[in-house]
Amino acid sequence: MAHGPAKGIGRWLFTTNHKDIGTMYLWFSFAMFLLGGSFAMIIRAELFQPGMQIIRPEFFNQMTTMHGLVMVFGAIMPAFVGLANWMIPLQIGAPDMALPRMNNLSFWILPFAFALLTATLFMEGGAPNFGWTFYAPLSTTYAPPTVNYFIFGVHLMGASSIMGSINIIATVLNMRAPGMTLMKMPMFVWTWLITAFLLIAVMPVLAGAVTMMLMDINFGTSFFNAAGGGDPVLFQHVFWFFGHPEVYIIILPAFGVISHIIPAFSRKPLFGYSSMVYATASIAFLSFIVWAHHMFLVGMPIGGELYFMYATMLIAVPTAAKVFNWISTMFRGSLSFETPMLYAVAFVILFTIGGFTGIMLAVAPADIQYHDTYFVVAHFHYVMVAGAIFSSTAAVYYWLPKWTGKMYNETMGKVQFWIGFIGFNVTFFPQHFIGLAGMPRRYSDYALQFSDWNMVSSIGAFIYGTAQLLFLYNVISTIRSGKPVSEPKTWDGAEGLEWMVATPAPYHTFATPPVIK
Amino acid sequence: MLRRARMLFTLLFAPVISLAASVSAIAEEGNNWAVNMPRGVTSVSNSIYDIHMLVFWIVTITGILVFAVMFYVMYAHRKSRGAVASNFHENTTAEIVWTAIPAVILILLCIPATTTILDVYDTSEAEMDVKVTGLQWKWQYEYLGEDVKFLSELATPESEIYNTAPKGQYYHEEVTEPLVIPANTKVRFLITGQDVIHSWWVPDFGVKRDALPGFINETWANVYKPGIYRGQCTELCGKGHAFMPIVVNVLEKEEFKTWLADKKVEQAAIRELTNKTFTMDELMEKGEVAYNRSCAGCHQVNGQGIPGIFPSLVGQGIAVGPVEAHIDIIVNGQAGTAMQAFGDQLSELDQAAIITYERNAWGNDVGDITQPIDVYNWKKGK
Amino acid sequence: MEKDIPKNSIKKTLLKLSIGAVGMFVFAVFLMPPLYYALCDLTGIGGKTSGRYEVQDTTVDTSRTIKVQFLTVNNGSMPWDFSPKVTEVTVHPGEPKAVTFYAKNRTSKDMVAQAVPNLTPFNATKYFHKTECFCFNQQPLSAWSEIDMPLVFIVDKDIPKTVNTITLSYTLFDVTDSLSSAKFPVARLNR
Repeated sequence: MAHGPAKGIGRWLFTTNHKDIGTMYLWFSFAMFLLGGSFAMIIRAELFQPGMQIIRPEFFNQMTTMHGLVMVFGAIMPAFVGLANWMIPLQIGAPDMALPRMNNLSFWILPFAFALLTATLFMEGGAPNFGWTFYAPLSTTYAPPTVNYFIFGVHLMGASSIMGSINIIATVLNMRAPGMTLMKMPMFVWTWLITAFLLIAVMPVLAGAVTMMLMDINFGTSFFNAAGGGDPVLFQHVFWFFGHPEVYIIILPAFGVISHIIPAFSRKPLFGYSSMVYATASIAFLSFIVWAHHMFLVGMPIGGELYFMYATMLIAVPTAAKVFNWISTMFRGSLSFETPMLYAVAFVILFTIGGFTGIMLAVAPADIQYHDTYFVVAHFHYVMVAGAIFSSTAAVYYWLPKWTGKMYNETMGKVQFWIGFIGFNVTFFPQHFIGLAGMPRRYSDYALQFSDWNMVSSIGAFIYGTAQLLFLYNVISTIRSGKPVSEPKTWDGAEGLEWMVATPAPYHTFATPPVIK
Repeated sequence: MLRRARMLFTLLFAPVISLAASVSAIAEEGNNWAVNMPRGVTSVSNSIYDIHMLVFWIVTITGILVFAVMFYVMYAHRKSRGAVASNFHENTTAEIVWTAIPAVILILLCIPATTTILDVYDTSEAEMDVKVTGLQWKWQYEYLGEDVKFLSELATPESEIYNTAPKGQYYHEEVTEPLVIPANTKVRFLITGQDVIHSWWVPDFGVKRDALPGFINETWANVYKPGIYRGQCTELCGKGHAFMPIVVNVLEKEEFKTWLADKKVEQAAIRELTNKTFTMDELMEKGEVAYNRSCAGCHQVNGQGIPGIFPSLVGQGIAVGPVEAHIDIIVNGQAGTAMQAFGDQLSELDQAAIITYERNAWGNDVGDITQPIDVYNWKKGK
Repeated sequence: MEKDIPKNSIKKTLLKLSIGAVGMFVFAVFLMPPLYYALCDLTGIGGKTSGRYEVQDTTVDTSRTIKVQFLTVNNGSMPWDFSPKVTEVTVHPGEPKAVTFYAKNRTSKDMVAQAVPNLTPFNATKYFHKTECFCFNQQPLSAWSEIDMPLVFIVDKDIPKTVNTITLSYTLFDVTDSLSSAKFPVARLNR
């Protein structure tokens, strides 16, 4: 059984190997990141100055919608699934994932789904233009004809995620090496286990929402159509019941990665392992009961407003605990700041800033002024980009030597980090200002007093985009001509079973499980 | 070593602190580099501003303290300085403390947040009711019980948007007819939507509420300072989402009474004009203005529309066909498309002028004239 | 080794989680809407008034009055004239009141409309009873015809003392072309 990989394209189409599938997920997610990023570049180019210079408002709405869909479902989520595929079997001492053929299917659904979604840009009526949150009736009665492709694409991506999550849970619960109890599992595995349960709980709800949409649009039902006794607010409840856990699905694996990188570069064990596990579980549980903070302005009764405000503020507590635990890990450690650690430190600072604006947004009366403005856009880009994306980028630099047997150029890594860090903050920090000053989101054009910060933000976006091209260059040049490394443990402070196998990791690992003491 | 740490701390944070301190100061109306929300001109907007600043300072100070510790650690505990790693990795007391303290702070924050929300929701004893309807892509205001109703559309011309003319001071923030309300009066807003979800927001009032089709939402404002206040639609509603601003003109109570009386006279006069006969030139002139305001957003100033999406009116179709069909589609719209029923939105005069203009502009030259009374009679079924 | 992989327990996990996923889908499509409507009905949140009311108690509370305002909205391009004949009335709680709404089909085509009511404030929803309403049924009107449509309502005498004004809004929808509007599985009209 221990022969090497097959040859040619067939290897990739038919592989059941978790490392190959992980690699495909990672390359796919990066391609989607660049695609979604080019939509963002178009948006920021148009918003560089007031007035419509480059595109029309109809197309602008397609760009904002596609940017959101591609980034959330095509870039961030597959990136972490790719990391899960590569690292979970290695970290628990398993030879592969529990259901390797389903793993292959889960991946290959995605390029098909996104080809379909992207193709809508070229179809009559244009791509979906109703925002990635696709509220009814804009997305039902008033939708372009491509809405059906959108629904099909969402179903496909959802199926892929659900199958991937089932695989992760089955692997983690059944295939850990002997002696590895749950409370001895690495944090990345813990966060993914919890995330996978969240995914199984809420992805089907998203599928339900788009199915109800499909029926309203094509089969004359009235789930969300007031004419037939339905209710557009019901759509929002169903969507956000999925939508809020979704953002924790995005961030929990990111937390897991940081919980590996900070101890490695502090040369000190993670502080408060059990608290970190309980905090993650609490965040996951709480994520189910706060959804309507996205709906504070819809006309909710006062009891609802108050409840959702209180519950949302509560989520800040376990999240803050995690931040303190990371800092305590660094405290009295022996720190070095290679690229993965730079990203991890930036994560802690910038994600925390995003968390602070989240607390501000939770205050329902203040949300009257923040809701649907650029203040919200700034908040979620801080947590999703400086949070999830910085974390996945850190993971790539951290584990790339293990995957490829080549070391990236540390100077280039640091340069790429700093350009991205500066670009990110120049893009998104000013968006807090324009939001507070009164600019709503999803606006293709704006009043003159928003011009200056918009121009700054757009410049930042071009810088940030450049940094991503530099990241691509770094990864490719490492693979092609990086310095070969062969010690199992690339980083002297790193811990975990993945650092016991050879570098690069052999095609098949842990055919015999290690014994954990 | 501690002294050096303190110096470093001060060096790093002096600029941050001074920036944070000047934040509130920069938030003036009309300032291009504004960084903060306005205090506004209602007691609600002031309460919101106060709680916003309270939470802002709490999170900023927390951030500064937490990041200061982190920067200190990054400086003092680096391997290159010879730091040797300790091995401690848990402390239950610490966990309890840093869970309890944030929890207490957040619970305390809930108190002013709750009182402000209770205030926002209290629409009782309003002195005046205004119905606000969101449509694609304009607002309609109706003064309940007064029989005054009008549309409020973006007044910024296409030429400014598409960069063929310089942008005016109130680019994107000017309307054909602002909402007018009296100061120092509790005004209740009844908000609904006609097609998709919109949202009515005036930052200076601290008022925002979604306009949902099939639903009626209510909120209120009591503005203590007369002036002109500008707001925006804040729910994605299609291509014109950024192009349906809100302008509210707040007048002293006496001035408002005068305005309302004048407005009723004006609306009666417009209804009277339905009986008047106009010349081709008059209708073409009025028609061009009305068309550019209410129709050019989709059909374009040159009448050519957007292929595949909005039909061209030039030399083809209804615009050069029988006039009955033309009146029908203007008055009743076209079900299942974006063509709205303008019968209730525009005056008969505007509708007649638009029809006449569309039939004779851009080389169409059909030659007929539609009078307001024709539109009126057609609506009555004659 | 291959035989160390616990295939049976993996299959059990797969089965349990698949059932969970399907279960959540069923919950979303078949349970969430009814739960939502039940909650709306129970609490009056959302301002959705209920169906035909059977009068049980005819006592009138003459010690207070409630102002009831009427608003109308034409949804989309609904090309009918639609307005209340009076825009507001004052009633005693418990007193039945009849008002009329005018509708005219301004087109040359026969059409069918559905009026959907909505009320504010929410804490008044459960106290607003309609014994007769044009919104209970779809309203067909042939080309160019007009009609006076009745609404008979009673404000419950137990309505909270804090409510002094009720605003009732009707949105008129064009349902001429839609397939039967009360379809599977949970769409319902205000009967």
